[in-house]
Amino acid sequence: MTVIVNHSEMGQGVFTALPMILAEELDADWTKVRFEPAPVDPVYNHPVFGMQMTGGSTSTWSSFDQFRKAGAAARAMLVAAAAQRWKVDPAACRTENGTVVHAPSNRRLSYGQLAEEAARLTPPSPVALKDPKDFKLIGRPVKRLDTPEKTNGKGVFGIDVTGPGMLTAVVARSPVFGGRVKSVDAERAKAVPGVRKVVQVPSGVAVVADGFWPARRGREALRIEWDEGPMADFSTARQRQQYAEQARQPGLVARKEGDPLSALGSAAKKVEAVYEVPYLSHAMMEPLNCAVDLRADGCEIWTGTQFQTMDRATAAEVAGLKPEQVQIHTTLLGGGFGRRATPTSDFVREAVHVAKAAGAPVKVIWTREDDMHGGYYRPAYYHALAGGVDASGNLLAWSHRIVGQSILAGTPFEQAMVKNGIDDTAVEGASDLPYAIPNLSVEYHPMKVGVPVLWWRSVGHSHTAFATECFLDELAAAGGKDPFELRRALLAKAPRHKGVLELAAEKAGWGKPLPAGRARGIAVHASFESYTAQVAEVSVDGAGKVRVHRVVCAIDCGRYVNPGIIEAQTQGGAIFGLTAALYGELTFDQGRVQQSNFHDYPMLRINETPDIEVHIVQNDEKSGGVGEPGVPCTAPAVVNAIFAATGKRVRRLPIRMSEAG
Amino acid sequence: MISLIVNKRRVDLDVDPSTPLLWVLRDNLGLNGTKYGCGMAQCGACTVHVDGQAVRSCVAPVSRAAGREITTIEGLSPDLSHPLQRAWIEVDVPQCGYCQSGQIMSAAVLLKEKPKPTDEDIDQALTGNICRCGTYPRIRRAVHRAAELAAEGGRP
Ligand code: FES
Ligand code: FES
Repeated sequence: MTVIVNHSEMGQGVFTALPMILAEELDADWTKVRFEPAPVDPVYNHPVFGMQMTGGSTSTWSSFDQFRKAGAAARAMLVAAAAQRWKVDPAACRTENGTVVHAPSNRRLSYGQLAEEAARLTPPSPVALKDPKDFKLIGRPVKRLDTPEKTNGKGVFGIDVTGPGMLTAVVARSPVFGGRVKSVDAERAKAVPGVRKVVQVPSGVAVVADGFWPARRGREALRIEWDEGPMADFSTARQRQQYAEQARQPGLVARKEGDPLSALGSAAKKVEAVYEVPYLSHAMMEPLNCAVDLRADGCEIWTGTQFQTMDRATAAEVAGLKPEQVQIHTTLLGGGFGRRATPTSDFVREAVHVAKAAGAPVKVIWTREDDMHGGYYRPAYYHALAGGVDASGNLLAWSHRIVGQSILAGTPFEQAMVKNGIDDTAVEGASDLPYAIPNLSVEYHPMKVGVPVLWWRSVGHSHTAFATECFLDELAAAGGKDPFELRRALLAKAPRHKGVLELAAEKAGWGKPLPAGRARGIAVHASFESYTAQVAEVSVDGAGKVRVHRVVCAIDCGRYVNPGIIEAQTQGGAIFGLTAALYGELTFDQGRVQQSNFHDYPMLRINETPDIEVHIVQNDEKSGGVGEPGVPCTAPAVVNAIFAATGKRVRRLPIRMSEAG
Repeated sequence: MISLIVNKRRVDLDVDPSTPLLWVLRDNLGLNGTKYGCGMAQCGACTVHVDGQAVRSCVAPVSRAAGREITTIEGLSPDLSHPLQRAWIEVDVPQCGYCQSGQIMSAAVLLKEKPKPTDEDIDQALTGNICRCGTYPRIRRAVHRAAELAAEGGRP
């Protein structure tokens, strides 16, 4: 049995979780279940977003009902087909392990034997679904279906696609965002053996060759003069200054309760702090790539994408075809994290341009450096916070101003998703702060900057959780309260937050003694309709080197499908968060990104990886996301642990103890 | 002409000798299991064995591999029977999967040299292999499991 999966597999296990849901209702034989990525077609649209896409930690929950109903309907049709053949009452038949059984006559037929007849029947409506207490697959740590092909090198990622006559291209792009080619001298490039063509495209100059290596060598031999445009003197230092100045002005109001200004004025203790985060690259292990075979009457595309509908429309527009004439084959994605979901379809658009100009099937490969310089970053943000507590340490006031680029501004999603100038993806996690604080305001300053920005695993939560959870810790310290107990008290009316907070604290042994030099920090946050808390155990050595020894994670994602996948995603999320906390930073000088590869944009490695425990809450709440919620709590938990260990506050990521105050 | 022995098969190639082994494997021999991640010996996605040693094929010119025995992920076992592959499946290690060929090839050398590796041995042998998805906790578990499987069943 093959399940066609309408979400892209980028590591989150959707090729397993969705077949599980269908197989559950179908009573399929799990050992015979296979998966296949869906072609682009409106029937495969995301049930919530209305286009074919993967993102927002939504794949499993958004498809849950749909896949259940599909499985149940198919099961009913198979039973009906068997009953017809046997001339018995369908109610007298049952199903198990891929077969229909008629117990009174001791007859059985496999689904395979019945499929053709069943397919001719009309699907029942409404369909009866199983009672969840009878689930055999859902809720169990079923092994992933895609592991074998990911352990023998056979899995096909976009970069692995080949085809008859397919050439490889690399593109020389402007070193500054918004720059354009002024002039090109391609003579030396064309002389490199294996180079077939050098063509100009809107994004730069493409060298088309027999393989990656000659293409890259050819690109090195290009001489290009760029018109660098208005971003030529852009720098991180100047941007930070600008953001700081902007933060002194009132912003757009994302939330307001009570009168924070006067409450701050009357507080027994007032705390002010600035938290900053830099631009970040998604740095998927597989750099961007896209293969295109363009003919007069159609276009075939192979790529690992999270955004099929938009990519198809873009490709059609560039190729001068109708969307129906463009076919997208979604390969495995060597990581996505949001980068493969661009509203501009940047990497698909460019590849179609290259194929068109080259007049041949072409696979465009981005080098790691290209990928890191290619933009669509997590934006840099500046958070200015002020808070006040009364004489007994109770929180009276909270004021939070966020300065940074809007991800949605200028995209087709702006109209629907930006309300009164406020891009929710910039303030999410801050504007919905769950703590009971009587006077509270959250404001936003959208900044226009020529750096392309995008959603990055956990989107707004990737920075708001850092600012809010660290600042709450500062207020706990100012009021002489235990950071866990203060949160607990402020979350009395937020039971799911409180639940994960208590679970993580209990499993981590909050308050119990630790070896000398080690301390714990805690953070709690809701994102993508799931609730997470983490406790980090950290030490800092004399040279200021931070070592994370243990991270205890609690997640409440409501009713869930596969706890094995949830564990892996939550561990992976924490590791993603640790990389950002300890290392992640892109900086600009003279319009150029100064980092280029893993030597200066490091990733957490196995020898730095702490023990990461994951505890999953069991309940019957509505399902939430899993892929992203593991990220937001990690940085604040670590930073709060650093404070507990050293008395020093880190307020800017990545963590540098030399800056801590 | 350069002669290589790849996964026990001899191949003769007419390529620029400075081409990194990685691109010869991928573009000339169609062995796409070995991945490109950084091109500068930083990530380990391109790890293969050359005469039994773990080598970053993205920075090894093919000329250096001439006449030597090269093993890629495709040559590790014909049928997922290598203890590491069995352990990887049992522990459900991969997420996106892109780094996993490199992880397994690095771990294979470790197990040959240290059939009963400690956590520290694993950290040391695999520190050159980045996994952006963060499968490290399961990699650790799976390497230990593979060591057990190998002890029970004969190889690596
Ligand atoms: S591609 Fe060779 S080490 Fe990264
Ligand atoms: S599994 Fe995705 S990079 Fe390792």
